[in-house]
Amino acid sequence: MHAMRARETHLTLETTTAQPRGVRLEIRGLSKHYGKRRVLQHTELRIEPGGFIAIVGRSGCGKSTLLRLVAGLEPATQGVIELDAQEVKGLRGDIRVMFQDSRLLPWRRVIDNVALGLPKGDQPAAADVLAQVGLADRLNDWPARLSGGQRQRVSLARALVHNPRLLLLDEPLGALDALTRIEMHQLIEGLWQRNGFTALLVTHDVQEAVALADRVILIEDGRIALDERIPLARPRQRSDPLFGVIEKRILDRVLQQPAEETPAREPAWLATPAHGLRWAV
Amino acid sequence: MPDVIEAPGLGWAPFASGLRLPRLDASAVLRKLGQRALPWLVPVGLIALWQVAASLGWLSTRVLPAPSDVVKAAWTLAESGELWVHVKVSAGRALSGLAIGGGLGLALGLLTGSVKFFETLLDSTLQMVRNIPALALIPLVILWFGIDETAKLFLIAVSVFFPIYLNTFHGIRNVDPGLIEMGSSYGLTRWQLYREVILPGALSSILVGLRFSLGLMWVILVVAETISAQAGIGYLTMNAREFLQTDIVLVGILLHALLGKLADMFAKGLERYWLRWHPGYQSASTA
Repeated sequence: MHAMRARETHLTLETTTAQPRGVRLEIRGLSKHYGKRRVLQHTELRIEPGGFIAIVGRSGCGKSTLLRLVAGLEPATQGVIELDAQEVKGLRGDIRVMFQDSRLLPWRRVIDNVALGLPKGDQPAAADVLAQVGLADRLNDWPARLSGGQRQRVSLARALVHNPRLLLLDEPLGALDALTRIEMHQLIEGLWQRNGFTALLVTHDVQEAVALADRVILIEDGRIALDERIPLARPRQRSDPLFGVIEKRILDRVLQQPAEETPAREPAWLATPAHGLRWAV
Repeated sequence: MPDVIEAPGLGWAPFASGLRLPRLDASAVLRKLGQRALPWLVPVGLIALWQVAASLGWLSTRVLPAPSDVVKAAWTLAESGELWVHVKVSAGRALSGLAIGGGLGLALGLLTGSVKFFETLLDSTLQMVRNIPALALIPLVILWFGIDETAKLFLIAVSVFFPIYLNTFHGIRNVDPGLIEMGSSYGLTRWQLYREVILPGALSSILVGLRFSLGLMWVILVVAETISAQAGIGYLTMNAREFLQTDIVLVGILLHALLGKLADMFAKGLERYWLRWHPGYQSASTA
């Protein structure tokens, strides 16, 4: 881990001043219905090239659906998604997704997993990206021998080896422990700054969103309820008092809305909250 | 208990800090030998008991000849070359049946597993046919194919077909859909997806089917060779029975057992190589 930390400091010093290579993402009037269930309703969003956007919200609010529509994994019911003024229809070569489960092919070694989809002669490129995520010494291991955090790092390397212009992250750190998550934040931030792609992160963790993103978007009932810029300098320090203020503000906004599933009958003592307590569940 | 023992030093002399000798732990060595030998205790013990019983005349040689007689008979057959002819013929029949039935099972399993149209078309018919025991077809087989090689090959092929077909179908259907989604979103073509994700994912199921089929293959071979044969282990055994050569009968039975064991070891070896990525097949020491 020491080597990785040293590399991370090096990466964060090297903030990119070159022209961002990310795509400009524009979403207009996007809706998605599954039969009668409306998941997204007339969503509008604009993301500038090279931006890092986090989407937060309760479970089932539609944030993962939005990501999958942008990725081209599912067709929209209505509306338009444009990348650099080109409409997205289906899968595209310049978009890469990082899933919540690492989805590595267990019958291929780590290096072959990272090189998935690359033309044959490109193993050195795969080895190079593996070094960037700090797993250069695990090239020839089977995925079953790696820990959860290491597998997600391989998954990240696999996404980045194609030099995507848009990286979609679907709650990638949800299954990891808290310490590994913090290290992954630093890794992702560093790689984003170095490569300059546009990043769209879906997460339920507001702290993660504030730590990584330029803008935080809240989806509620299939609509965008909040779109807030994060004015903090990078690298983000959790100890910064302003960090805590912003995080609390967004978290309060997220928890304000009661959950969809409310119990049919509330006992009397729950109905009148004591001391201004609100039930988050 | 420590691996080394410290001998006392002599102060100023060389080896002053004391000798370090490896401990020859007799009890540990014996214990390890004991562990390796234990599985063999029962069979060797039984064979020894059998030999003693036969030598002392407790067992009539017609009922069960002594192990020494069996070994002698096997040696005679091997020397004259007769043994190899029979083994070759039997093995040839079995493997041809496996190639035909297994190959067909694999092809149809891949087809119905991958293409929905063929599943709807063929699967229910095949499931119905599966429930007919192959051995019950023997009278029909004799009528259709006579008592020639074709009849035996047909019986073996039919029996071997179903385990491989079912397991291939099941394996292809149960590949993790998340992996398939990932593969297609990472730019794999349909053919690449099939070769890199679906087939390897189905492989462990297919190998299970193969092991089942290999076991069935020998059983059906024994029965098929009783229909009528001019050569083969079954022929050897039946012939010896006619002439009350019980020792040769036992040689035949042991040969069947040995060949069955070899086939299973082959399948296991395949599994260990092709599935070496699987955490279940990895020991702590291998990488």
